[in-house]
Amino acid sequence: MSWGNLVRLLALGVLGVFLAYPEAFAGFFSLFTKNNQPAIYNQGNLLDITLNHLLIVGAATLAATLIAVGLAIIVTRPFGAEFLPVSRSLANAGQTFPPVAVLALAVPVLGFGTAPTLVALFLYGLLPIFENTLTGLTNLPPAVTDAARGMGMTGWQRLVKVELPLALPVILAGVRLSTVISLATATIGSTVAARTLGEVIIAGLLSGNTAFVLQGGLVVGVLAVLIYDGLAALERRLTGRMGRLPS
Amino acid sequence: MSIAGISPLTARTGWFKLDKLGVLISLVALAGAWLPFVLFRANRIVPGDPRPVTEALPGPWAALLITVLLVGLLAALFRVAPGVKLIMGLVVLGSLFVLLGLSANFLTPDSDSFARISPGAGFWLLLLAFALLVTDALARLRLRPWVRIAILLGVVGAMVLLLGSGSFNQVSTLKEYATRAPAFWSEARTHLALAFGSVALASVVGIPLGIWCFRIKRVRAAVLNLLNMVQTIPSIALFGLLIAPLAWMAANIPGASALGISGIGTAPALVALFAYSLLPIVSNTLVGLLGVPPAAVDAAMGMGMTGRQRLLGVELPLAFPVILTGIRIVLVQNIGLATIAALIGGGGFGVFVFQGIGQTAMDLVLLGAVPTVVLAFAAAVVLDALVETTSRGTRKP
Repeated sequence: MSWGNLVRLLALGVLGVFLAYPEAFAGFFSLFTKNNQPAIYNQGNLLDITLNHLLIVGAATLAATLIAVGLAIIVTRPFGAEFLPVSRSLANAGQTFPPVAVLALAVPVLGFGTAPTLVALFLYGLLPIFENTLTGLTNLPPAVTDAARGMGMTGWQRLVKVELPLALPVILAGVRLSTVISLATATIGSTVAARTLGEVIIAGLLSGNTAFVLQGGLVVGVLAVLIYDGLAALERRLTGRMGRLPS
Repeated sequence: MSIAGISPLTARTGWFKLDKLGVLISLVALAGAWLPFVLFRANRIVPGDPRPVTEALPGPWAALLITVLLVGLLAALFRVAPGVKLIMGLVVLGSLFVLLGLSANFLTPDSDSFARISPGAGFWLLLLAFALLVTDALARLRLRPWVRIAILLGVVGAMVLLLGSGSFNQVSTLKEYATRAPAFWSEARTHLALAFGSVALASVVGIPLGIWCFRIKRVRAAVLNLLNMVQTIPSIALFGLLIAPLAWMAANIPGASALGISGIGTAPALVALFAYSLLPIVSNTLVGLLGVPPAAVDAAMGMGMTGRQRLLGVELPLAFPVILTGIRIVLVQNIGLATIAALIGGGGFGVFVFQGIGQTAMDLVLLGAVPTVVLAFAAAVVLDALVETTSRGTRKP
C-alpha cells in the first residue's frame, strides 16, 4: 500500500471514529472554545447530519448527471444540433448566479428546508458535467468514429458502443468536480434551514464558537478530499480499461 | 471543433420552417403570458394578489405588450436571420421592463406608500423566454469582442436610464432600495472592494507562484495539492475559521488593527476570497507556461536571450490568455462568493440577501441578488472579450 493510500485510510478511520464518538475529541476541540462553551456540537447527532449531507449531495449529483449527460447527448445528435449554441451559452451564464441567491429565490416556491438546497445543488451540478460530456463527445478521434460508421453501425450503436465509452473518463471527471463543489455548496443550504453540516458551522458563527466552525469545516473538507481521490482512482481504472483518449 | 455527421448550422434553409428552439421559447412565453404578470400586495408582508397582463396595465398598453409579444414570438418561431432575432428579442425585453414600471405606477393607489407591486411568475417566464432568444442569437452571430462589449454597454446604459428616470420607483424592489439607499451604495462599495481586491491580491501572489512552480518541478505537486485542499473547505467555514487568527493578529501585532485587520468584518472575508482565488490563478499560470510551444523557447534561446528575457519577452506573453482565463474564473466566482461575507459581518450585497431570507421578503433578496448577478455577468462578458482579443495571433495547442 502506498503512503498516500495509508494517509487516506487513516483519515477515513479518524473521521469515522469522530462521527461515531465525537466526545472522544472534546479535549482537542476545547482548545478552540472560550468561556466554557461546548466543544462538540450539541444540537444534533453529527453522524446523522453528515449522512443527511451526503444524501442531499448524492441525490442532487445523481439527478444532475442523468440530466446533464442526456442533454449533452441530445445537443450532439443531428436533431438537437440547433440547441448546441444556446446550451453552451446558458451553461456559461448559469455560473454567474451566486448559490445564495438561487437558494433564497427558491424559498418562496419550495419553502424552507431541503428542497431549495436540492434544486440549487442540482443546477450547479449540471454545469461541469454538461461541459465535460460535451467536450468528451465532440473531441472523439475521427478515425474511431469513421471506423464505426464504416462498419455500418447505426447512430444508436455508435453512441452506446463507441462514443459514450470513449467519453466516459471525461464525463467522470465532470461528475467528480461537480460532487466536490456540491459538498461545499451544500453547507450554504443551512442558511435556508437544510439539515447539512453547514448547520454546525453556522451555529459556530452565531455563537462565536470556533470549535463548531472547525468541526463542520473539517468534516466537509476531509469528505471532499476522500471522495475526490476515490472518484479519481475509479476514473484511472476505467481509463486503463478503455485505453487512453488521445488529447 | 467539429461534430461528425451534423450539417453546419448556417446551412438552414427555408425561412418558413419552424425553428426548434423557437418552439421551446414559444411554449415558455405562452405559459408566461398566461400566468400573472405582476403581484399586488396591500403591504410588505401579506401574500400577493396575482394580476394578469390585461389587469396589470391600462387597456392600450396591455394591447401594445400583447402585440410586441406576438411579433417577438413570430421572430422566434420562424427561421429569420439571427440579427433580426437579436433585435426583436432586445425590443421585447426592453418593453417588458418599461411596462413593468408602468404597471407598478398604474396599480399603486395614490398616496399609498404600503402597497407593493412585484414582478409575477408570468413576467419572469417571459423574461426567460426572450433572454433565451437573445442568447441564442448572440451565440449564432459570433460577434467580435468589441461589439459584444458595445452591446453590454448599451444594455447597462438602458438600465441606468430606466432606473434613473424614476419610472421604476413603484416596483417593490426599488421601494426596498428607497428606504436603504445609503446602505445599498456602501455595501456595493464593500462588495466591489472584496471581489476585485481579492482577485488583485491573488494575481500579485499567484502569478509569481505559478512561475515558481513552472521553474522548479519539485514544488509543483506540493503547492497545487495544498491549494486544492483549500478549495475543499466550504466557504462559510473558511470565513469562520479566519476570525480567530485575524482577531489574534489585530490584538497582538502592533499596527495590524490600524491597517483595518480585525476578527470580524471585511478582513477575514478578503483573506478567504484570496485563498480561494489562488488555485485557478496558479494552475492557469502553470498550464499557460507549459503550453508555450518549445519552438518559440528554442528560438528565444538561439537569439541569446537570458532566462529573464525569455520569461518576460516570450513565455509570459504567450501564456497570457490562459492566465487571463484563470483571472476571469476567479473574478466571476468571487463576485458571487462575496455574498457569503455578510454571514460574518463582512458586508457586501449578501447583507440584503440574508436580511431578506430572515424576513422572508423576496424583494429585499432581489435587491442583493440582482446587482450581484449583473456584476458577475458583466465581468464575464468583458473578460471573455479580453481573453479572445489577447489570444488572437497565438497558436491554440
